Amino acid sequence: MSILSVENLNVYYGVIHAIKDISFTVEKGEIVTLIGANGAGKTTILQTITGLVPMKSGIVRFEDNIINKSIGHKLVSMGIAHVPEGRRVFANLNVLQNLMLGAYTRNSKSEIEETLKTVFKKFPRLEERKMQIAGTLSGGEQQMLAMGRALMSHPKLLLMDEPSMGLSPIYVNKIFEIIEEVHKEGISILLVEQNAKKALNIANRAYVLETGRIVKTGSSSELSNDPIIKASYLGE
Amino acid sequence: MKYIIYLVNGISLGSVYAIIALGYTMVYGIAKMLNFAHGDVIMIGGYICFLFMSKLSFNPYISVLIAAIGCMIVGVLIERIAYKPLRGANSLAVLITAIGVSYFLQNMALLIFGPNDKIFTSVIPNYPLNLFDGQLKISLESIVTIIVGIIVMILLTLFINKTKIGVAMLAVSEDKGASTLMGINVNKTIALTFAIGSFLAGIAGVLLCSAYPRLTFTTGAMPGIKAFVAAVIGGIGSIPGAFIGGILLGVLEIVSKAYMSAQLADSIVFSTLIIMLLVKPQGLLGKLNREKV
Repeated sequence: MSILSVENLNVYYGVIHAIKDISFTVEKGEIVTLIGANGAGKTTILQTITGLVPMKSGIVRFEDNIINKSIGHKLVSMGIAHVPEGRRVFANLNVLQNLMLGAYTRNSKSEIEETLKTVFKKFPRLEERKMQIAGTLSGGEQQMLAMGRALMSHPKLLLMDEPSMGLSPIYVNKIFEIIEEVHKEGISILLVEQNAKKALNIANRAYVLETGRIVKTGSSSELSNDPIIKASYLGE
Repeated sequence: MKYIIYLVNGISLGSVYAIIALGYTMVYGIAKMLNFAHGDVIMIGGYICFLFMSKLSFNPYISVLIAAIGCMIVGVLIERIAYKPLRGANSLAVLITAIGVSYFLQNMALLIFGPNDKIFTSVIPNYPLNLFDGQLKISLESIVTIIVGIIVMILLTLFINKTKIGVAMLAVSEDKGASTLMGINVNKTIALTFAIGSFLAGIAGVLLCSAYPRLTFTTGAMPGIKAFVAAVIGGIGSIPGAFIGGILLGVLEIVSKAYMSAQLADSIVFSTLIIMLLVKPQGLLGKLNREKV
């Protein structure tokens, strides 16, 4: 069963047709990646799914529900968590407050505590700095916080937007390790990345976007060996 | 001994400004708009309290509560009807709407209660405290007002920093999009902010009218603007800033009235704003908005 399916999605920014009739799916338990250059529309797609950007037409299904009309804040309790581009941690709040906001829609204190423990286990750095103001963390630590915050909602589907952007190679590796770890725990992942090589390494399938259109799709290994993809996205 | 009296009266007036300024600053922090109708909500609080206490002979404390709740409802309605449809509109449109709402409220009060001043009976018993063998007379009103100000400040700080909803308000004030992604209902949070701010305005209205008992449809205008000045001096968006700004402004006003000129007191207050904006435009505790690239 598809956990997420997007059919014939169209998004406009004013007169600019940013997303042109795109369809794709994420099956349960998959990592699917959208790769493409700057401005291809990757971030817009994620933002449309979680309602930050309105769509012109199309159908977005999560599990069996059509979520087109769902207001952003309701999707969290349905099981979708979005790690936004640029991390967008709450810079004036401390690490613990940020994480607890991730669990905003959950009510059981004991369950939240439980999840907090697992998040701290994945990101020991966050536990060390839990009273530190998020704005003073390094970029890599902020990315970890953004991921930890998303996991606090106990999602079924994780949307990740450029998690490696602006990070040092050590942090990039660390972040990708954690994405795999989260995936092994049964969370489906839709990953948007500019680092196509890394993304294809961990993904099951990929869609290649060019100026708002899907131009290629296939399993990660297929795409990794495709000569055109190699030349344009993998720098080989 | 006189200067102590001036100081106490100044802090007392300042506490009223501070309570009003909290409403300005919270709404600005979360909705990023200046609610210029906030001052007129104070006037409504005064009228509601007057109506229940003097006309319907309710217990003064219950009247205060009714006034605060009445203001809360008015505040939420204003937000729902006038401001919510303008979410995402440019800030000039919102500002002009706020000024329109302000005139609307004033003229509604004029229509309902008439143009004549009402004499407001203080909710606090007139009981001057005599200290130092009668050399120092401080009214109970001033003391109560200061205590109320302190209580409001403490409760609000605890609410914002320690409760789940309070932290959600901080989150919304920082990043509405990211807050939505956390599952926070941004619209509800904004409505709640208006509710709290207007509730406080109701209390401030009663305190203000208890100290200055002439109640008319423009009663809220000047204190509203001064509280706005207080919020800007303290750093708009900052809750402790609103408190400090309010107290400073109250003391400054009373001291200038006492030692310089009663006529010039307001000019001195507003000149302080101009100087503040020239020297430290973000206010005492405000944050400079750094542009992110």
